[in-house]
Amino acid sequence: MTLNDLEPGESAIITTIDDSSNESNYLMELGVMEGTPVRFVKSAPFGDPIEVDLRGYHLSIRRSKAQSILVQKF
Amino acid sequence: MPVTSVIPKTNNIALVGNPNTGKTSVFNALTGLRQKVANYPGVTVEKKTGSFSVNSTTFTVYDLPGLYSLIPKSLDDKISTEIIYNHNNDVELSCIVVVVDAANLSRNLYLFTQILDLQIPVVMALNMIDVADKKGIKIDIEGFKKEFNIPVIPLIASKRSGLAELKNTISDLVTNPDISQQKYMPIPDEITKCIGDFRNFVKNGFCESEVSLTARSLRIISSDHVLQDWIDKIDNTKIDEAQQSLAKARKRLLESNQHWSMLETKLRYQWIDEVLKTYVHTSKTDKQSLSDRIDKILTHKVGGLFIFFIVFAMIFQAIFSWAELPMALIEDGTNWLGQMVTQLIPAGALQDMIVDGAIAGVGSILVFLPQILFLFFFLSILEDTGYMARVAFMLDRVMNSIGLSGRSVIPLLSSFACAVPGIMASRTIQNWRDRLVTIMISPFMSCSARLPVYVLLIGAFIPQGSFLGIVSYSALTLLAMYTLGIVAAILVALVFKKFIVRTMPSSSFVLELPAYHRPNLRYTFLQLLERVKIFVTDAGKIILAMSIVLWFMASYPKSDESDTSNSSQKIEQSYAGKIGKFIEPAIKPLGFDWKIGVGLLTSFAAREVMVSTLATIYNVEGADETSGSLKESLKNDRDPVTGELLYSPLTAISLMVFFVLACQCMATVAIVKRETNSWRWPITMIAYMTGLAYLASLLTFQIGSYLGIGV
Repeated sequence: MTLNDLEPGESAIITTIDDSSNESNYLMELGVMEGTPVRFVKSAPFGDPIEVDLRGYHLSIRRSKAQSILVQKF
Repeated sequence: MPVTSVIPKTNNIALVGNPNTGKTSVFNALTGLRQKVANYPGVTVEKKTGSFSVNSTTFTVYDLPGLYSLIPKSLDDKISTEIIYNHNNDVELSCIVVVVDAANLSRNLYLFTQILDLQIPVVMALNMIDVADKKGIKIDIEGFKKEFNIPVIPLIASKRSGLAELKNTISDLVTNPDISQQKYMPIPDEITKCIGDFRNFVKNGFCESEVSLTARSLRIISSDHVLQDWIDKIDNTKIDEAQQSLAKARKRLLESNQHWSMLETKLRYQWIDEVLKTYVHTSKTDKQSLSDRIDKILTHKVGGLFIFFIVFAMIFQAIFSWAELPMALIEDGTNWLGQMVTQLIPAGALQDMIVDGAIAGVGSILVFLPQILFLFFFLSILEDTGYMARVAFMLDRVMNSIGLSGRSVIPLLSSFACAVPGIMASRTIQNWRDRLVTIMISPFMSCSARLPVYVLLIGAFIPQGSFLGIVSYSALTLLAMYTLGIVAAILVALVFKKFIVRTMPSSSFVLELPAYHRPNLRYTFLQLLERVKIFVTDAGKIILAMSIVLWFMASYPKSDESDTSNSSQKIEQSYAGKIGKFIEPAIKPLGFDWKIGVGLLTSFAAREVMVSTLATIYNVEGADETSGSLKESLKNDRDPVTGELLYSPLTAISLMVFFVLACQCMATVAIVKRETNSWRWPITMIAYMTGLAYLASLLTFQIGSYLGIGV
């Protein structure tokens, strides 16, 4: 499953980041990488972007990006 | 490992840190009012410096724009890294203070460890230690000191706690720099072996320490983005050799089962995770933090949008009502100054130029300063609390549909009051392409200077009565004008994105949503002061020059008879009048005559100057937009040859359409020049907006005439 498929409040661990675009590299520098636990906080009023909680802070990314981040629930 | 870098003996300190770490609070607490803002040469990012003294030694502090990593992403990042690396050889740093958010250690330590590898003396300012405490985060500060072998100072910058210790520590470190024990990122031996040859290649021509050299080589290997920057800088003849050496290093890494992509980042977070496991203990609190509870309300699916509208409605209401008094004072002040100069300088060309050109011209722009400041004040507070990030978050989806991101919302909204602060607010947009498009469409938002023109024309020409007995035709016309601006902005944004700036990196949206906190009024006022300075000095020069040119055109050549009572004739004979007559054939199809032509020219100073120009032409004393006499004069003006009424409701609508779309504002032009640092974009803006305005007015008038509407 991808980060997109999580429900608000659900936590998971990032398993793979599916592309190596500049944006993905930037996300990695922000700590979004394999093995990092994330919690899906909520989506914005219009459904996109989403808010996640990781490494003790909150980050917002678009659903199109979250689609390429594979996770495993725990 | 021997340290080869020479530590410079200067008293320059850089303040570095992630955004939202309270870095600016630390800066303000350190330097107080001893700070100044200058521009970095060639760019529009401000250089903020300040100073403080310890035992009569003065230290200069550079407050660098917040960044997440030494791999630059935005213009701000680039400035920061260039200073840190001293690329331009202008600022030799003797110490870097890394401000780290104690409540958000993991990501903050990423930049910190990158800085550590530079082998410049480093101090860690562990800020917001109280917030961390509340979140149940216990940090073993002694452990941190031992691990990194640098001074670690716990701080609460907003309460000025820990400040003296920070100052003393910096002073000690600068006087007695010793970095031989300072830690750097541990790199596994097998990786060091793989990149050894490449490192030696990078070393040639670089005077860097072994440690920063290894880290730097690893960074180049890890990211194609960094690689490209590096390749661009090295000698042409060496590029092939460089590529080969790099390819070899990457191959060797793959052979030893290490994927090179983002290897540096992975190693860093590995180290950080270990450090955190050893020295930081977090006790789980089930209690929701205050910030989370506030956020539940402010970004609620329905309520959040509702609150957003209420907040901005209130801000706009405040801007218009509170700014009234200072605006009146500025007007009076301008008049008073004009009278003073009239008494001091003998009548003649010089007096005219100063009073009617410079003072009146600059005054007509200065009058918007209170509105601009109020808007800045509110925006700055909202930004400071963390609410702005939420606005961007909530509305990103909407902006995405026209190819922009949530970060463009605030600049565009602000532009409804005035495009100047709107365009200045666009600095928070990281993506240059998004920023440029936002700047280019901001002037389409109907600003407060257009209102007097709308009010005059609607009052004079739009018939009484209402649509279906509910909304008056006047209100409907006004609404139509605002809507037209928004529609034009959307269309232009789409066109720009598609054809003009498509080569630039495309829009993305990655945004930190920082915890809410109380705004810092002191900081807000300092920022406000900065904006005033920029507006008055930078944009002011251009505005002054243009005012004098416009004045000259409207008053020369002087007609022979000094009959002051007939100002209409005077204008007719001036250059502006002649140009008005000259362009009359071109604007005739839009329904305009030469008098409106003159108004279009002079209103380039500021849109509402249109009203006073028409008043001068019709020789109406003391006219303003609600004045009955100007309205009547416009309504009843007849063609001297045919005797027909000159202007119809259709003319008025055509003229309003022109005002919605045309770039009739020299303050906007000046600020675009400043923010894009070139004349290319302001000139493009004038050209395309005027072209669009002409076309739209032409269509309005011709189609309207053909259908017989409003003639």
